[in-house]
Amino acid sequence: MSKKEFNLPMVEDHQPVSCCAGEESAHKYGQASEAGWVVGQIETVAGPVHRIATTLGGRDRLGSIKTRWGLGRMSYTIPPGLYGVGNPDHSSPVLVSANYKLSFDSLRRELSGLDLWVLVLDTKGVNVWCAAGKRTFGTEEVVRMVKATRLPELVSHRLLILPQLSAPGVSAFKVRNRCGFKVIFGPVRAADLPAFLKAGNRAEPAMRRTHFGLLDRLVLTPVELSALAKPLAVFTLFLFLLNLFSLLVSGGPVSPAPLIGQTLSDLFPFLVAMLIGAVFVPALLPYIPGRAFSWKGLLLGLIWAATYRGLFDPAAGWLQTASYFLLIPAIAAFLGMNFTGSSTYTSLSGVVKEMKFALPLIITAAALGLIALVAAYFV
Amino acid sequence: MKFRYLNNVVTLKLDQDKCSGCGLCVEVCPQAVYTLNGKVSLITDRDACLECGACAQNCAPGAITVRPGVGCAFAILMDMFNIKSQCCGDACSCSLDNVQD
Ligand code: SF4
Ligand code: SF4
Repeated sequence: MSKKEFNLPMVEDHQPVSCCAGEESAHKYGQASEAGWVVGQIETVAGPVHRIATTLGGRDRLGSIKTRWGLGRMSYTIPPGLYGVGNPDHSSPVLVSANYKLSFDSLRRELSGLDLWVLVLDTKGVNVWCAAGKRTFGTEEVVRMVKATRLPELVSHRLLILPQLSAPGVSAFKVRNRCGFKVIFGPVRAADLPAFLKAGNRAEPAMRRTHFGLLDRLVLTPVELSALAKPLAVFTLFLFLLNLFSLLVSGGPVSPAPLIGQTLSDLFPFLVAMLIGAVFVPALLPYIPGRAFSWKGLLLGLIWAATYRGLFDPAAGWLQTASYFLLIPAIAAFLGMNFTGSSTYTSLSGVVKEMKFALPLIITAAALGLIALVAAYFV
Repeated sequence: MKFRYLNNVVTLKLDQDKCSGCGLCVEVCPQAVYTLNGKVSLITDRDACLECGACAQNCAPGAITVRPGVGCAFAILMDMFNIKSQCCGDACSCSLDNVQD
């Protein structure tokens, strides 16, 4: 349908700030217009709407990398409101998205060649799945944004396409009761959207499942790693001081280079333990036997402790050996357990059960391991 | 491949007498827990449930109950010590006090 037909009751006096999402977001409209992903403007009965790019630029990619590493992650948002892709008209589909930049990016880059509307909710910059759990991607917010953007005036149909993973937060029948729009849950992955739309809004069963493949898991590990920077720094300092004190106690000569070298070599087995919990457990998740994540970490940790003791430190005394076999599995088990939050298939009840069992063991092993570690320096 | 977590732990319940057979639970469940058996829904893979709450949220007759929550050890830990979790942003769902709706 041509643009002219669509613009029937044109807004006569359109100021650049007259906005899609009501007064409150007038300011945000201005913000978005400076963003690299806005490539023009669509005039509508409800005011101008930004047209968004369906390709990602260098800045988008850089931002995505930074976000993956946990840098400035909290504020990576885009302004909520209505956006357009291509040349949408009153009959074009309406997709609903979170205002987390990465969710938004992964959606828009799948939309090239399509004409549609994208309704971006205010999910406080949180991704669809997490926001749905918290209900910020929820019934209330969908209804609010439909009204705020004057969507009923803009489109003649009454259909919203939501990502399937927003279903924990959005009650389709309540949205319909409250604003007249029927909610259809689309595929889990944005990449399946074109096929879904083409098939007349039908999702193959496979489109409805989360996959959590190797790449999905690995992409989450940088955040796990960057969260370890601080504990790692503290632990390194701790080992450094231990080395320093043991030197002072034994009256040996204190020179910086050997001291640092010794600290780093003492750190090595535990650094690998951290990598096991934060990277190897996620990467090898389906291949490590057992169900509980802490168990998977424990298993790899024990293997590493035995390997290290056997190959790298065969002369270790019993205290040192004890510190390896207690501390390394404890670290790996704890970090492995933490990955439950990033996984796509753990239930709250399950994790609570796992923790009740694992946490006391981890804490005990870590405490005993630390005692053995410290004692080994002075015995 | 379907990942498996612990067995016999989830809080999911389905009251088939209330089910209208609309099939929405089958549609929204990311874990393929349900199958529509003629005109009534059936839990066929209960242990795959991750307690996301999508099915209960979208079951108009209210045939489904589940305690929704996020299976995140870190959040549960933070909750134990009453620290507001920051793992996925300010509005992170990963906090037990947010799960009861
Ligand atoms: S959503 Fe509720 S009513 Fe519909 S099929 Fe499932 S259990 Fe039955
Ligand atoms: S709570 Fe989520 S995972 Fe469990 S049955 Fe319902 S929709 Fe499926």
